[in-house]
Amino acid sequence: MIKTNTNLAEQISNISRRDFIRGFALSGLVLAVGIPGASWAEDKNFGRNGMPNGWVDNPLVFVSIAEDGTVTIVAHRSEMGQGVRTSLPMVIADEMEADWSRVKVVQAPGDEKKFGNQNTDGSRSMRHFFMPMRNVGAAARLMLETAAAAVWSVPVTEVKAVFHEVHHEATGRILTYGEVAKAAAKLTVPLRSELVHKSSDEFRYIGKQSNKLIDGANIVEGKAEYGIDIRRDGMIYAVVAHPPAYGNTLTSYDDSDTLKVPGVLKTLTLASTPPPAIFNPLGGVVVVATNTWAAIKGREKLKIQWKSGPNAGYGTKAFRKEMEKSANSQGGKVLRSVGDVYKTFAETENKLQASYYIPHLVQAPMEPPVATAQYSNDFCELWGCTQNPQGAVDTVAHWLGFKPEQVKVNVTLLGGGFGRKSKPDYMVEAALVSKALGGKPVKLTWTREDDIQHSYFHTVSVEHFEGAFDDNNRASAWLHRTVAPSISSTFDADSVHQMPMEVGMGVVNVPYNLPNIQLENPAAAAHTRIGWYRSVSNIPHAFGVQSFIAEMANHVGRDHKEFLIELIGKDRKIDPKTLRDEWNYGESPDDYPLDTGRMHGVIEHVTNKANWGKKMAANSGQGLATHYSFVSYVAAVVEIAIVGDGEVTVPRIDVAIDCGPQVNPERIRSQIEGACVMGVSLALFSEISFTSGVADQNNFDGYKVARMNNGPMEIHVHIMPMTDYDAPLGGVGEPGMPPIAPALCNAIFAATGNRIRSLPVRNQLES
Amino acid sequence: MKLNINGKTHNVDLPTDTPILWTLRDVLGMTGTKFGCGKALCGACTVMLDGTPIRSCIMPISSAENKAITTIEAISEQRVGQAVQQAWLDIAVPQCGYCQSGQIVSATALLRDNPKPSDKDIDNFMSGNICRCGTYTRIRHAIKVAAESLETTV
Repeated sequence: MIKTNTNLAEQISNISRRDFIRGFALSGLVLAVGIPGASWAEDKNFGRNGMPNGWVDNPLVFVSIAEDGTVTIVAHRSEMGQGVRTSLPMVIADEMEADWSRVKVVQAPGDEKKFGNQNTDGSRSMRHFFMPMRNVGAAARLMLETAAAAVWSVPVTEVKAVFHEVHHEATGRILTYGEVAKAAAKLTVPLRSELVHKSSDEFRYIGKQSNKLIDGANIVEGKAEYGIDIRRDGMIYAVVAHPPAYGNTLTSYDDSDTLKVPGVLKTLTLASTPPPAIFNPLGGVVVVATNTWAAIKGREKLKIQWKSGPNAGYGTKAFRKEMEKSANSQGGKVLRSVGDVYKTFAETENKLQASYYIPHLVQAPMEPPVATAQYSNDFCELWGCTQNPQGAVDTVAHWLGFKPEQVKVNVTLLGGGFGRKSKPDYMVEAALVSKALGGKPVKLTWTREDDIQHSYFHTVSVEHFEGAFDDNNRASAWLHRTVAPSISSTFDADSVHQMPMEVGMGVVNVPYNLPNIQLENPAAAAHTRIGWYRSVSNIPHAFGVQSFIAEMANHVGRDHKEFLIELIGKDRKIDPKTLRDEWNYGESPDDYPLDTGRMHGVIEHVTNKANWGKKMAANSGQGLATHYSFVSYVAAVVEIAIVGDGEVTVPRIDVAIDCGPQVNPERIRSQIEGACVMGVSLALFSEISFTSGVADQNNFDGYKVARMNNGPMEIHVHIMPMTDYDAPLGGVGEPGMPPIAPALCNAIFAATGNRIRSLPVRNQLES
Repeated sequence: MKLNINGKTHNVDLPTDTPILWTLRDVLGMTGTKFGCGKALCGACTVMLDGTPIRSCIMPISSAENKAITTIEAISEQRVGQAVQQAWLDIAVPQCGYCQSGQIVSATALLRDNPKPSDKDIDNFMSGNICRCGTYTRIRHAIKVAAESLETTV
């Protein structure tokens, strides 16, 4: 096992070892990365133990108490709307019997050796850090109790921490946390074996309904500080004219008109880097000015000559045809094979096939990528909205020729992330510009056009399915060919097959109980930077799988729900290894088997709550879908109504989620609500297409997303009850997304008889 | 030129086509108003100009001459604004919170002119404000809660 000392690699936590080493070698980065193997090694570390720099549960790292009793708790994961700055500190506060109203939260800079893994991605903050944060709180509580017992010269077993005080019940004496804080901090940190966690009936905050957000008041008053809000003395402002197509390079430019724009100070260039993209800056021309507006205006006046690169011919229209051809041809890498689907198809009359297209998408967080940097000869300090502060430290250090200790990344609030802000290319740009300007503090802002045209794009996919039926109209064969450029291409430019991580997002790890299964992955090369976007490959895979199951049910005239449950089969726990799932979201196959009982459970629950099968008005319909992702089980019923000339409205969505024990139910609800809206966005409106290597969309007029008047009117979130807090936790931030688009399109079919096989729906229903 | 922002006069020495947004953020250091698109497509930059909600990313400072700009930083000075902020907190509307400055300014303008908005009124008025986190259903709910609280505290 290679010792992990960086987490750069872990964003994509399961590229094969060969790909990774190649990718980094090509980039010139010399890294020792711990890569979860492409097969189930005996010594594989799972969950939080498998992450770079693992986890830390030292209370002295996370908690400090002032003499006035104010408890300061460090949040080491990035806040981007999922509530992590509230929820993880709340776990500590609960275990240490702190009064939440007297808790302050401070944000950790990027320093994984000190804080443990900080890469806020993969719906794993609570799943990985619930127990370490409980340890922190329980240890702090024990230290406070020990300090008070020493003051009173009584055994620690006689004292008890109760809501910001330590009580000696026998004598009625009380010491406040503030009074014993100093002494407690000097004590040796107790061993894990000495810690006693609260039982769940003693929880004050964990699992309780609370609407209090640690940053709520600052947000509604406009005082919350995002990456874009950072201000430093003497700071100047920069924007970059990036190459229009990924791989194009700068030939020459004329900045004479640019320099006439009032406020523009100068221009400079950033070198482009050859593939693989990794987190390298794209290169281009930088305009530096006294304010962002002047820089933007100056950029408009640049006359730039670009040299076409290898992707200058990329067009998604032609590429779709290419992918469809692959998807319709036998062959490609076989991911899993059970029985003999081809023989079954040859011998069966009753069969069905369909292909689905899901376009490129872009994360488009409301706050675009922004970073501020201040360089000096031997140190660089940055402030930014990053999901991955240690990754930013490592990447910036590499680019500056520094050691990681010479780079500090301060983490602000993120105005949304959705995966975009895991990639610190924009932070590198800011550091390089500050360096080029002799150490002036620089705020470098990506405009919306930069964000939409130069992202690490969600892949583009064709998902092809074939199914056969037996004499009782039960499914007897299942073929799924998944064709999509892989995220691995961002780290190894020659990579053409999906990684275990990607096919482990709903291609191989489906529980469908059939005698004949064939899962194939034909090659697809990438022609732009491919990245991850909330729920990643689950988006196309769930759309294909859950649409096709509905099509199969309809084909044999059976109720969709009944057919789906039959396909899932009897309640059982499936070892992901037997599904050839080599990833399992990085989690142990023993702790996290694929539990069809839980999948069945969310389907029954949501259909019950949504009154599945109720009589619908004309041009209205209900659609169902389920999907297992990030080790959580979700099922959704979407209700749609067609109005006017084919416009789809969404009066109601019901979602049931089984994510194991729940720490902050209110934020679970808000995450699922958000996933519903984002799911409706990509189902109905959003698409990135390319012509001549350039994204055709560049702002919210072309890249459409749901708004108040066309998003879901009602969202009902149903969280499956679970009170055993020792049970493994599931993810929350992402699993709500995948079932929305297929459920919505299944509802369109129910309402109109039109089957949507290409996203977004946009105007496909217009007459 | 002189700008009246939240009741205070600020002198700025800028080209008059500079948008109000960047004047607020980069020149005056009032960062509560957010940049989202630069083209009046997303509403993150919404402020009031003489009480009317406008997209400050495309509105030059020349248009604000002799007019009063109100930003999120001063919205609590309006009774309606305060009720909206409170409802936002009570219902835990924000996720990342980035768009909420603009949402709150828009909602305040809506409720000031239409104290009892229907769903349709809310949808029409608020559809210029994008939220990528997807807080729309809570915003709709919070606007109604704010409307009720304003009704009962008259």
